[in-house]
Amino acid sequence: MVATVEARAARAAVATPRPLRRTGIAWVFVAPFVVVFAVFWAGPLLVGLGMSFTDMRSTDVRNPLGVDLVGLRNYLRLFDDELMRKAAFNTLVFVVTTLPLTLGLGLAAAVALNSGIARLPAAFFRLGYYLPYITSIIGIAVAWRFLLDPEAGPVNQLLAAVGVDGPSWLADETLALPVIIVMTAWRSFGFDMVIFLAALQGIPKELYEAAEVDGAGRWERFRWVTLPMLRPALLFCTVYSSIGFTQFMEEPLVMTKGGPAGATTSASLAIYNQFGSGNFGYAGAAATVLFTVIAALAFLQFRLARPR
Amino acid sequence: MTRRMWTYAGLAAGLVLVAFPFGWTLLASFKPESEIRRDPPTFLPDQWTFANYAGLFERTQMDQAFFNSTVVALAAVAGNLLFCSMVGYAFAKLPFRGRNVLFGLVLVQLMVPAIVVMIPQFVLIASFGLVNTFLGIILPTIVTPLGIFLMRQFIADIPDELVHAARVDGAREFRIFFQIVLPLCKPALATLGLITFFTSWNGFIWPAVVAQSEDMYTLPVALAIFSNAQATQYGLLIAGAVVVVLPILVIFLFLQRYFVQGTTFTGLK
Repeated sequence: MVATVEARAARAAVATPRPLRRTGIAWVFVAPFVVVFAVFWAGPLLVGLGMSFTDMRSTDVRNPLGVDLVGLRNYLRLFDDELMRKAAFNTLVFVVTTLPLTLGLGLAAAVALNSGIARLPAAFFRLGYYLPYITSIIGIAVAWRFLLDPEAGPVNQLLAAVGVDGPSWLADETLALPVIIVMTAWRSFGFDMVIFLAALQGIPKELYEAAEVDGAGRWERFRWVTLPMLRPALLFCTVYSSIGFTQFMEEPLVMTKGGPAGATTSASLAIYNQFGSGNFGYAGAAATVLFTVIAALAFLQFRLARPR
Repeated sequence: MTRRMWTYAGLAAGLVLVAFPFGWTLLASFKPESEIRRDPPTFLPDQWTFANYAGLFERTQMDQAFFNSTVVALAAVAGNLLFCSMVGYAFAKLPFRGRNVLFGLVLVQLMVPAIVVMIPQFVLIASFGLVNTFLGIILPTIVTPLGIFLMRQFIADIPDELVHAARVDGAREFRIFFQIVLPLCKPALATLGLITFFTSWNGFIWPAVVAQSEDMYTLPVALAIFSNAQATQYGLLIAGAVVVVLPILVIFLFLQRYFVQGTTFTGLK
């Protein structure tokens, strides 16, 4: 018995020699990534962390030795800062509404496109739904701001035609953030749709047939076959989108500049503004908190969604 | 009405909602400012005009910005095509010490929000004397995690025997890479090139930070700054939006197969 195992091991060793390590040449090939990562990502990440414990301002860039350590003061200030708290709250609201909206629209579109409609129209719809995702957010924001203009915009003009007095969407503290949420979902769901479509097409037909034999109705087949099979795709879209949405800033930057009265200021936008005013240390502290939140969020989602 | 007809009706209604902002804005960009503001609105322009575009190019350096965006995007594409496939080749076909750790770092970079590293990146670029240069805009994204994933995945599917046979024949790794592996990667390179092009073309925050004078602005930067200055000049603004968005839409319509492939890949990696 022992001899057999040994013989088998010996045969296996002959059949699959240890792959030759090519460490020297391989590091030449990965050098572009190593250099860019070290210089532009790892370095700045550490510098940003270090900066967050100082009072560095933009004027100190030429003389980095002139900055003072301030310990945790930047972090403590963060929690007292009315605008930062508002920005954190807005980001939370944005993520928990935009995420399900985008996933839902993407899933609905994918299921509809996969429900047996002809190939050519399906390709046409898929193309159309995907378009907003690849366009410049600045271009989109400019267009939407025009569409929603209280006087010149067609949306309110159409509302007026049916006797409704349209609000000034982006100047209204309660409406501005919802508008940005809808715009983001409108722009992003095509991405989720394409991923869901690919996943849907990978579900074996036999599973549906078996479920049908067992007497499962349309909804039950969706609930007990489609959804579980889409789990990896759903997980991916959730993680990928929530990382992206947590960083949102370009939309409010162009549509509302974070206003009115901070109603659409996001965490990233608040950091960007601090950077613009030259408060590098304070902005570094806020950025470190944001990165921690995003990393924790991604980690948590992977843990929660791990196959049981 | 059958269920299938309802599906078509729903899909068509959705498409109208998706297309409306594009269509309305495109048509409005050919209307004079007075017609844009007319109530009730017109759908098709009563009076077609290119005045908005003429005014836009007169009052801004959008033509320069168009050129800048093209240069930046093409440079980013060239860098990513070469470097991501080199790195991907090492991860896929060259066993080496530290490979797993390094691949973990690729994942880490994917998760680092741009805003978090932006300030130190800017300080760094400034210390290199690269503020307000194309190089400063391009360098941080000359090789990207997503591109490395894509190329690694694709090259891993190339049979090992091809690479081994060449090695037995005495070919150097660089020759194997350029003469055997790279020619087989054309579909993946097409996808990567397109994704890089549109990411770079649409990129906004970093170019806005690095480009400091109007002659260095990329299109989104030029449009954003113009829209801050002229918040209500809708004719000029939406003409600008069309100039920024239209090239990507046209490229997309012709090459959409590769875009969709790329997105699908992103989701299944």
